Amino acid sequence: MTQNNLFQSPTPEQLTERMDHIPSNTMMACPYCQTKFFKTQLDEFRQCPECHYGFRLLAHDRIKLLCDSFEETEKDLAPSATDFPDEKYQNKIKQAKANTGLNESVLTGIAKIADQDLALGVMDPYFIMGSLGSQTGEKITRLFELATKKKLPVVLFTASGGARMQERIFSLMQMAKVSRAVSEHKKAGLFYLTVLTDPTTGGVTASFAMQGNITMAEPHALIGFAGQRVIEQTIHQKAPKDFQRAETLMKNGFVDLITPRDKQKEVIAKLLRWHQAK
Amino acid sequence: MTKKTAYDKVQAARHPSKITADNLISALFEDFIELHGDRHNKDDEAIKAGIGTLNHQPVTIIATQKGTDTKENIDRHFGSPEPQGYRKALRLMKEAERFNRPIITFVNTPGAYPGVDAEYNGQGDAIAQCLIEGAQLSVPYLSVIYGEGGSGGALALACGDQVWMFENSTYSVLSPEGYAAILWKDAKLVEQASEDLKLTPEQLIKEEIIDKIVPEVNDITSAKKLQKLLTAEIDKLQALSTEDLLNQRKQRFRKF
Repeated sequence: MTQNNLFQSPTPEQLTERMDHIPSNTMMACPYCQTKFFKTQLDEFRQCPECHYGFRLLAHDRIKLLCDSFEETEKDLAPSATDFPDEKYQNKIKQAKANTGLNESVLTGIAKIADQDLALGVMDPYFIMGSLGSQTGEKITRLFELATKKKLPVVLFTASGGARMQERIFSLMQMAKVSRAVSEHKKAGLFYLTVLTDPTTGGVTASFAMQGNITMAEPHALIGFAGQRVIEQTIHQKAPKDFQRAETLMKNGFVDLITPRDKQKEVIAKLLRWHQAK
Repeated sequence: MTKKTAYDKVQAARHPSKITADNLISALFEDFIELHGDRHNKDDEAIKAGIGTLNHQPVTIIATQKGTDTKENIDRHFGSPEPQGYRKALRLMKEAERFNRPIITFVNTPGAYPGVDAEYNGQGDAIAQCLIEGAQLSVPYLSVIYGEGGSGGALALACGDQVWMFENSTYSVLSPEGYAAILWKDAKLVEQASEDLKLTPEQLIKEEIIDKIVPEVNDITSAKKLQKLLTAEIDKLQALSTEDLLNQRKQRFRKF
């Protein structure tokens, strides 16, 4: 290689040739900042090395990252699909169960974080995009009821595309049902922390995601009520960049703090300690 | 007369001849004073609210309203409240609770307004607060869906002790157009979507989503009839202790 072409940028042909030598599964791109990086750079928390965007996580994986111990509740609750005998929907549920190892789009249980007991719920974006079905609502409601009875704080990680329309109006009713359970927990003077992860939208945003005593979010998580496409159809123009990202919500006053995954355990433990039940 | 299809109901619920919130309020209540604003930054005209008297007893009235002409419709986003509208509603509900006044809401909305500013102002938060506070309001809280009951934007004002529907009204998790567009990528399949959503009062009462179907109000006789039903129900709810009232409300939503 001569001195000359060392400082020359490669031609497109040369680039293509080089790319051919890189196996296709070694690189990945951040959906938020578009930075491309080697898969090996992704840490156990699955965060973008550049912007700390949190890649979507299975609920079971998140529990492993966060908890010192975890005892699942409502594991045997049947999915609500039996009440909605649409074959396509039934298959979707079956697929989602296989992908996530869950019976519904939320994993609930009693956990220990840094020696403190809590009721923990984690919604799973891989279960029909965390959509709010009847049994999702039932599991979260029972989690709050159990926490109220046992005088435990609730930490809930939200991830949801919103109401599950295959379950029609029953999906909508979950917003009221869970809200009531949250209100009882609140009335008992107990602490509720929500952690909004990518994406938290629709009926979940318009109910329990926004009812915490403290609202935490992950960096660059998409958080909103209406979908971007619906808004653009209504206003007939493109929505501004980042208008539904965690940072924008914090600036506008709807999120308390943004915490990357590798710091969450420490911050959550501190908040739990500072909110002991009387 | 042939039986009405679900889509006929959708069209009837949206029909321009549907009674307005103004007319409904003046037909049902002897007196009414409108109250404005969310005490933060806006008075949302998609929600008309205030205090009126029902059978000479003061009640708090909250109604979503569409417009009767283009200007009104633009000001009111075709009946879709912004976050400030929900905050105005909740502020007045809390006032009602303070003075032990029953709350009656009238809902006719395609849904909460989907706009950039609405997102900046916390549309999700505004609805979420209506739901959590609505669950614990210690006064009778009765809702009448008189046209479209669209999604979370309708539920925010219909989470109390009783939910009634006019004969020609609908209540669903999203619009039939939205349902068809998402499930089949074709908004034109709206008739099928209307069937599948089971959004008519007749279907919803079977599933215990609503408690009563009431006739359309379009003349003095029908107004008197609804007035009587409302008075009787409010009397019944007022006779309950706060504990029983809240317990009953709890059971109403716990079963879903």
